[in-house]
Amino acid sequence: MNLGGHAAKSLSMPSTSVSWKSGDGVSDQFPVGLRVLLVDDDPTCLMILEKMLRNCLYEVTKCNRAEIALSLLRENRNGFDIVISDVHMPDMDGFKLLEHIGLEMDLPVIMMSADDSKNVVMKGVTHGACDYLIKPVRIEALKNIWQHVVRKKKHEWKDFEQSGSMEDGESQAKPSEDVEYSSSANEGNWRNSKRRKDGEDEVEERDDTSALKKPRVVWSVELHQQFVAAVNQLGIDKAVPKKILELMNVPGLTRENVASHLQKYRLYLRRLSGVSQHQNGLNNSFMGPPEATFGSISSLNGLDLQALAATGQLPAQSLATLQAASLGRSTSKSGMSMPLVDQRNLFSFETPKLRFGEGHQQQLSNNSKQMNLFHGIPTTLEPKQLANLHQSAQSFRGMNMQVNAHGSQSSSLLAHMAQPESRTQMGNETNGSQISRLSSTMAQPILTSGISTGVLARNGTVDRVRGAVYNPVSQVTSMVDFSVNQNTDLSGNSFCLGNNPGVSSLSSKGVLQEEVNSKMKGSSGFLPSYDIFNELHQQKSQDWELQNVGLTFDASQHANTQGSLDVPPSVLVHQGFSSGQKSGQNRNTYLGNTMFSAGEESGHRNAPNIGQQLNALLADNSLRGVKTELLPDVSCENALFP
Amino acid sequence: MQGNQLHRQLAHMRQSLFDQGFLDEQFVQLEELQDDANPNFVEEVVTLFYKDSTRLLHNIELSLEKNTLDFTKLDGYMHQFKGSSSSIGAKKVIYECKQFRECCRAGNGEGCKRTFQQLKKEYATLKKKLETYFQFARQAGPTETACPPK
Repeated sequence: MNLGGHAAKSLSMPSTSVSWKSGDGVSDQFPVGLRVLLVDDDPTCLMILEKMLRNCLYEVTKCNRAEIALSLLRENRNGFDIVISDVHMPDMDGFKLLEHIGLEMDLPVIMMSADDSKNVVMKGVTHGACDYLIKPVRIEALKNIWQHVVRKKKHEWKDFEQSGSMEDGESQAKPSEDVEYSSSANEGNWRNSKRRKDGEDEVEERDDTSALKKPRVVWSVELHQQFVAAVNQLGIDKAVPKKILELMNVPGLTRENVASHLQKYRLYLRRLSGVSQHQNGLNNSFMGPPEATFGSISSLNGLDLQALAATGQLPAQSLATLQAASLGRSTSKSGMSMPLVDQRNLFSFETPKLRFGEGHQQQLSNNSKQMNLFHGIPTTLEPKQLANLHQSAQSFRGMNMQVNAHGSQSSSLLAHMAQPESRTQMGNETNGSQISRLSSTMAQPILTSGISTGVLARNGTVDRVRGAVYNPVSQVTSMVDFSVNQNTDLSGNSFCLGNNPGVSSLSSKGVLQEEVNSKMKGSSGFLPSYDIFNELHQQKSQDWELQNVGLTFDASQHANTQGSLDVPPSVLVHQGFSSGQKSGQNRNTYLGNTMFSAGEESGHRNAPNIGQQLNALLADNSLRGVKTELLPDVSCENALFP
Repeated sequence: MQGNQLHRQLAHMRQSLFDQGFLDEQFVQLEELQDDANPNFVEEVVTLFYKDSTRLLHNIELSLEKNTLDFTKLDGYMHQFKGSSSSIGAKKVIYECKQFRECCRAGNGEGCKRTFQQLKKEYATLKKKLETYFQFARQAGPTETACPPK
């Protein structure tokens, strides 16, 4: 699909114009208005930097304490695009702050210091900083920080979608960037690629991949908890996939799903117990058995989440959110109340795993139709919320069918998003069954999304679900949050998506992206890419979803969310995804890619253009958000927690 | 004419600050940030710097008076102070900071004290010069700050 490719391009350069797609230009102003959070205890530096950033036409919020910064970020999940922080601060070490942010919000963080010694810079890199600036900082250095935002989103998106494409995407993505890759501690980048390569067989080139999306099981929080319970019951040593599967007794879950998830989990546990390596290590030692940690992990409250995250299914962000949610039980936001430390630790482990999982998953997904279990859904996700989603999903059922029909594809969509390892066979079974399945697995949110996408796919309008792919994942997280916070939205939204009218509109549109864009604008007050990105990025949960959703959503169905992305992004995403899948079994990485890239999936299916556009559109938008959501963006996480 | 003359003088004054090594390129960055919205930006920053760094220097002073010097702590303080100074382009002051840190690393207490005295001198000298400069600038009237040297 041309869209895909096209989308990919546009995606990569959000700044280029916010016009992801065809120039519709979400906002050509990007990076104007980029929301920066500046943290430095030195008032002189703070004043100077603030002025510099203002001169770059960014929106600056400054604070001189790390704690204040964290609370600002927590209160305003989607309020910032990027964080710039000093390394040496009295109340909290800059690296610690970096980790927290990476865990909880997954925002790009730039470190600064007058210290230019290699060790410190290296530390920044390993902790996941996107870049490291040496003081005194010149305004020129600040002018380009937006690239980190884009890159991050892109990566997340890409990861999500598929490993293969990532590399490509990346190169595309930042056209302008100047060696960002190398310069910044963009671990994620190489990681992702790495991950992809390692794990991936799926080669989904983002652009052309769209069809590669593999159905994935979405390991929702509940599902994961069931898994952990089963493993605990059996004993980590004796926990074999077959037995776990039996204990879990989740319809639609295959042994392969469990096996891959188990691998990730083990890896995660190992990581917790101090295994270092990470990323590379993970890939290799996929099977590392973390016995020791196992026990301890189980006891952790947020363990599941972590494990989920570890398995790479849960995007770091999501994980953080989830954990926060579960730990802190804060419905509204993922929980900032949760102990950061815990999360962080978890995440650190996870990240490597995540990545790993990603790759792993992909492999798995290749094989089977796996159910898209919502993976990584925070435990806090209330069942009933899921139920709500479920219902929505059900309604979509018909729609899903289509998506599911694809079987793995659709599942992959969902799965992608949520990073489910094994895609349930969404496609295999009838929609109805699938839905129910999904519901049970807490994949409801996903379902909805998936359904939506499926619907879209049906019409063939949205080929590229790429974006959707991302969303799902993120969605998942967000969904989780959503569920917590607002099930209704989700349900409602998903439904909308499901509606044919919307979908068809998409198809008819042909230019999904445009529509989406326009919608986006309307709905989110679209800020030029920023909003979208922000939304996606930050909120893993709701805003993001909305944004995404809006994108796809609108595209598909104007009616539904006119101007307001009511539909949770996830939903949209799914839509995009599913459509992609559906149409042609685009497995593209729905989540991020499809949505935005639209292009990815596009082409494969029926309404390639639309899908692509949509995807592209979404992808762009969601890049920001999605990326964060997506698990795969492990790079960041890994970096943080080496 | 008078205005022009004043401006010329001002420019000259400014240039000599650079030529004599009191200020470096970073100061120019500050000047470039000054605009209509913040017409006295540079002066404000410098004032803030001096106000804030007083506290830091005082801490260092106290630490140096101890019988046993805690070099790590001193190095930490100086690192902070250096960061601040470099943000306004206080070239000579920065130089002294570096010297001080070297002494800390070498565990050279006497060296630290000596360097610190030198640092304080440079710090005070720059302060006076800049105060004069800003005063003159205000007198000369609004004008675009001299183009950055280099």
